[in-house]
Amino acid sequence: MNGRGQIILGIVIVAAALAAPLVFPDFRAQIAMLWVMVLFALTWDILGGQTGYNTFGNILFFGTGMYAAAVFQRDGGFDYFPGLFIGMGLGALISVALATILGSMILRMRGHYFAIATLGLGIAAGEIASGWDYIGAGSGMSPPLFPGAPGVSYIFFGYLFFGLALITFLLLAWVYRTRFGLALNAIRDNEDKAEAMGLKTDTYKIAAWMLAALFLGLCGGAAGNMLGFIDPRDTAFAGATFGVWMVLMAILGGKGTLWGPVLGAFVFHVTQEILWTHLLGWQRVALGLIIVGIVVFFPQGILGWARTRWPKRFGHRVETS
Amino acid sequence: MLDNLQLFVDAPFLLIQVLLDGILFGAIFAIAAYGMALVWGVMNVINIVQGEFVMLGGFITFQLTLWGIHPLFGIPVAAAVLFVIGIALYYGVIRRVVDKDMFISLLATFGLSILLQQLMNQIWGGDVRTAQSGLGTWFLFDYTVTVGQIKVVACVGALILGLILIVFLKKSRLGQAIRATAQNPRAAQVLGINTDKVFAATYGINAALCGAAGSLVVMAYSVHPYIGLPYTVRSFMIVIVAGLGNLPGVILAGLGLGAAENFAAFILGAQFQVAFVFCLLIVILVVRNTLLRRKRKYLK
Repeated sequence: MNGRGQIILGIVIVAAALAAPLVFPDFRAQIAMLWVMVLFALTWDILGGQTGYNTFGNILFFGTGMYAAAVFQRDGGFDYFPGLFIGMGLGALISVALATILGSMILRMRGHYFAIATLGLGIAAGEIASGWDYIGAGSGMSPPLFPGAPGVSYIFFGYLFFGLALITFLLLAWVYRTRFGLALNAIRDNEDKAEAMGLKTDTYKIAAWMLAALFLGLCGGAAGNMLGFIDPRDTAFAGATFGVWMVLMAILGGKGTLWGPVLGAFVFHVTQEILWTHLLGWQRVALGLIIVGIVVFFPQGILGWARTRWPKRFGHRVETS
Repeated sequence: MLDNLQLFVDAPFLLIQVLLDGILFGAIFAIAAYGMALVWGVMNVINIVQGEFVMLGGFITFQLTLWGIHPLFGIPVAAAVLFVIGIALYYGVIRRVVDKDMFISLLATFGLSILLQQLMNQIWGGDVRTAQSGLGTWFLFDYTVTVGQIKVVACVGALILGLILIVFLKKSRLGQAIRATAQNPRAAQVLGINTDKVFAATYGINAALCGAAGSLVVMAYSVHPYIGLPYTVRSFMIVIVAGLGNLPGVILAGLGLGAAENFAAFILGAQFQVAFVFCLLIVILVVRNTLLRRKRKYLK
């Protein structure tokens, strides 16, 4: 896809996204959730796809943002909207701090050790949250009620998440073109060589994770308010659902590409919403099957497949003999 | 927290109680960990399904007790059923990811673990299950320390299983083929070993080991569809600490982990036991990485 095509496609998507909650009032909740999914996939891909560091633990920042915002709203004594926005900012700040501290410890590991360590991080966070009385322990927390009619909250959060996803996307589109993005790709392709060339790989990796944590923290803070209830293991640090979905959506769309995670999130979320209602009780069984199916039979993703199918459209030169 | 520490000073026998419980529990971890080390060493796959295999073995034994069969018979039955399941999973899924990037196999086994977990939840429901073995309890030191006999049976059973496995790997033809493949798959292939079959057998044996461990778990403790992952992580930690193919190390690390975990649960409160396991995992990984960096070996 060339630059102009991307811009036209972008404008179409933005227009459709702005109109969607008004055109389909019955699906406002699902549309808002879709943008959360896009955010998940995009932020996962910063480290997972572009840098080649596959994490299972990004859910940590989502949950941290959620709890930080809810606690601030509870104890801060502000009105709803100032409380929400300051809370989201606070959540993002704590998430970024966590990414810096934890990242400087575990991002030095390679490959699968890193993956398992992050898996541990996500679950440890959920377990600690469900034992910590200050944040409601196992019985969870309820953020303050949205002022206004129940339907309005989904419109508000839908546009909020769309805005966040758009900013993330545009920022990443720019970042991936800069030296920083090239450095991330260099780390993915061969970290030892990148280091030998003088790149401070640890710094780049940590910065990439901080970027992911920033947006996941913001997203989490608002998501807690939209969902209306925070459960430590099932919404905040939901490793078995949101945590895996992030990875799955990015892989499904094509990891390491800009549009791939967005596409993956769309496909996954729509399929899921259509299928889920028909699979009462068996959704998670289906999820396990989907994970295995995608990973085993389709690890290159939609865009990766399209790229090998039509290499010219992606700007690759093809030698014809 | 400090109150709990104070308890140790007031009643020193509690120390023995907690230590003993932990060590008895740890022997079961060691078995699952040895299976994981086997698969990791031979196939270069980190098997996240490990914990679900353990749970499945437990549920199969539980099902047998529902039919009126004594749970001790569950050990061979669970092992046999899990062996078949392991082989089936190998040919269905693992075989296709075994030569791919390690993250792919990690994610594939993670998907399998969610699948099995949810299937168990559908079949047996989300309740905590135990199987009554009908064995009594020993009281030591004037009734201050209690030891469930079944826990001792489970611990001894785990050690016997480990012993059987060692003899099998050392003496039998298949065991030798497995060890040869672990050392060098290419060379093994050149010498006429069908590595595909060896991989299948290895994965099946690992599943069988976990199944047997699971039936020990359901007798001495309890099973639940969602607590497989902590078992996986415990196995992983034990393998990292002990190293691949080091059975005495695996047993020692298993017993040590069991004891450490039990002390942590006693001091911090039982709700933090799983959190402790996962935090310990991260600490171990970070320490390991720091040590390797110091030796400039982190590139591998």
